[in-house]
Amino acid sequence: MTLASMARKYEPRRIPEQKVATTAMIASLAAEGYDTVNAPFGHALVEAARKDDRIVGLSADLAKYTDLHIFAQAMPDRFYQMGMAEQLLMSAAAGLAREGFNPFATTYAVFASRRAYDFIAMAIAEENLPVKICCALPGLTTGYGPSHQATEDLAIFRGLPNMTIIDPCDADDIIGMVPQIAAHDGPVYSRLPRGKVPSVLTRHKPDYKFELGKAQVIREGRDVLIISTGFMSMRALDAAERLAADNVDAAVLHVPTIKPFDAATILAEAGRGGRLVVTAENHTIVGGLGEAVASTLLTNGIAPTFRMIGLPGQFLEAGALPTLHEMYGLTVDKVSERIKGWL
Amino acid sequence: MNSESRSAALSNVSLEMRAWNIRRKALLMGEVQGQGYIGQALGVADVLAASYFHALEYRPEDPEWEGRDRFLLSIGHYAIALYAVLMEAGILPENELETYGMDDSRMPMSGMASYTPGMEITGGSLGHGLGIAVGMAMGLKRKNNPAFVFNLMSDGELGEGSTWEAVMSGVQHRLDNLICLVDFNDQQADGKSTAALAQGDELAKWRAFGWHAQRVDGNDLRAVVAAFDEARGTDHPGPRVIIFDTRMCKGVDFLETREITHFVRVESDEWAKALAKLEEGKPQ
Repeated sequence: MTLASMARKYEPRRIPEQKVATTAMIASLAAEGYDTVNAPFGHALVEAARKDDRIVGLSADLAKYTDLHIFAQAMPDRFYQMGMAEQLLMSAAAGLAREGFNPFATTYAVFASRRAYDFIAMAIAEENLPVKICCALPGLTTGYGPSHQATEDLAIFRGLPNMTIIDPCDADDIIGMVPQIAAHDGPVYSRLPRGKVPSVLTRHKPDYKFELGKAQVIREGRDVLIISTGFMSMRALDAAERLAADNVDAAVLHVPTIKPFDAATILAEAGRGGRLVVTAENHTIVGGLGEAVASTLLTNGIAPTFRMIGLPGQFLEAGALPTLHEMYGLTVDKVSERIKGWL
Repeated sequence: MNSESRSAALSNVSLEMRAWNIRRKALLMGEVQGQGYIGQALGVADVLAASYFHALEYRPEDPEWEGRDRFLLSIGHYAIALYAVLMEAGILPENELETYGMDDSRMPMSGMASYTPGMEITGGSLGHGLGIAVGMAMGLKRKNNPAFVFNLMSDGELGEGSTWEAVMSGVQHRLDNLICLVDFNDQQADGKSTAALAQGDELAKWRAFGWHAQRVDGNDLRAVVAAFDEARGTDHPGPRVIIFDTRMCKGVDFLETREITHFVRVESDEWAKALAKLEEGKPQ
């Protein structure tokens, strides 16, 4: 292999007309037209911890960047700074769980899923200990490149027995999720939108409430069924509004719990027939929501016209987040264009 | 010392006899399967005897007693040695000895918490024990529980980066209820541990990190007992480590002098010979 073939050297593709700061796009996933909630995870955890004195919080030098600092400030004696040591973070959380505590451990999704995997697998999951691993920067939510983009975390944890996996869409999901995973007597991996997090689901469905393990129809529609998770449910809902203007009636089924998988609801919705089924996820199309839906449908003898929207199975580029979302097809424009093309 | 919980220790059986019994049980289990990490078990038997019959507080009839000292076997493949001492301590019934490593046995070849009473963690993926011990020691302090956490690890685990994450954390959180035991037999899968990764001066390293550190002959029971007493009794405001230099296959001379490897081959006719050899060295 030559050095040239290993290198990824780019000619400048374009001189941007308007400069977009990469760093500014890391803190939160803003979307026009939605109210935001500040640090919903941190505040929800403080509230849960007031009712459950077994809850403790741990972070590996990323409390401030996972909204755990809210908890650390409110309950300093229940917060452990574990340093930049993710293997220890998971092992120590396991040890605290063994002694009867209910630990919430936070870091970035890349570090939990890649660096600390063996420690999550053997010290936590194999023992079925109630450690709640909550991780910021899921999928493509930073322009820092592959070192920070956890594009395969759901695939990694789907293969791990005992693990409950959640990909929340918004602040509504997080606020609903925290007390429910706190009460769950087993390991949880949750992706974590952080900072100013939009409130999306209750705007589209005012009585929406997160239920652990349940997929929920947020919007009804006759022509297309979009099955989505994470912030792609926000994109799907916005795309559905755009499609309505073109007389395409799109339903959105939001699947925040990736495991255990709500096969019954997926089958009931996809089995109604006549609708194009599209999955949408902020994750590589390898081993994520799309493949979970596909295997559920096929093994149950349901074979609608089926398409997947997600990240490609490759290391992604660095850059400004809006540019990258456009490049990899996660914007409302791209989602609605592709769906129209498939109809 | 809680005399009620230490009934086993208060018997008049000597530690030498306990260590001998542990070696004998380990050999019998090895014979059952025709294999096992017998070299390590024979080498660490004195450390285990001193742990369970001198240093640790526990109730044999209640392995999950909240007041017990926690003993973590980070080196899962040393399970054969731990089963031997758990039987000797009355935590596992002796009549399960012949089920070692068999289907449906509570004593699998590598130690797992969900299988065996008295097995605190699932070891075997190396470099895990000390980090879990850190979390348990933090948890005990949160509960104002005065128990200690002991973590038994191997010299090979000194090569795992996660071990050193935990070493720093133990000092950071001032875990004076944490005692790490390192079985230093200088053997790992491909040969000498000290020939695999430059280890430098282990004692100086642990001290530089802020640990109370001792290094003793792990097959000298008096030295082992003294080291446990010092580790428990010191007023050092942080965690403690004892590095035990041990000899693989200790107590069975023809195995001791064999070209020692991580996984000692014992021919089928040699188990009886090894037991006979051990019998010759039975304490009076």
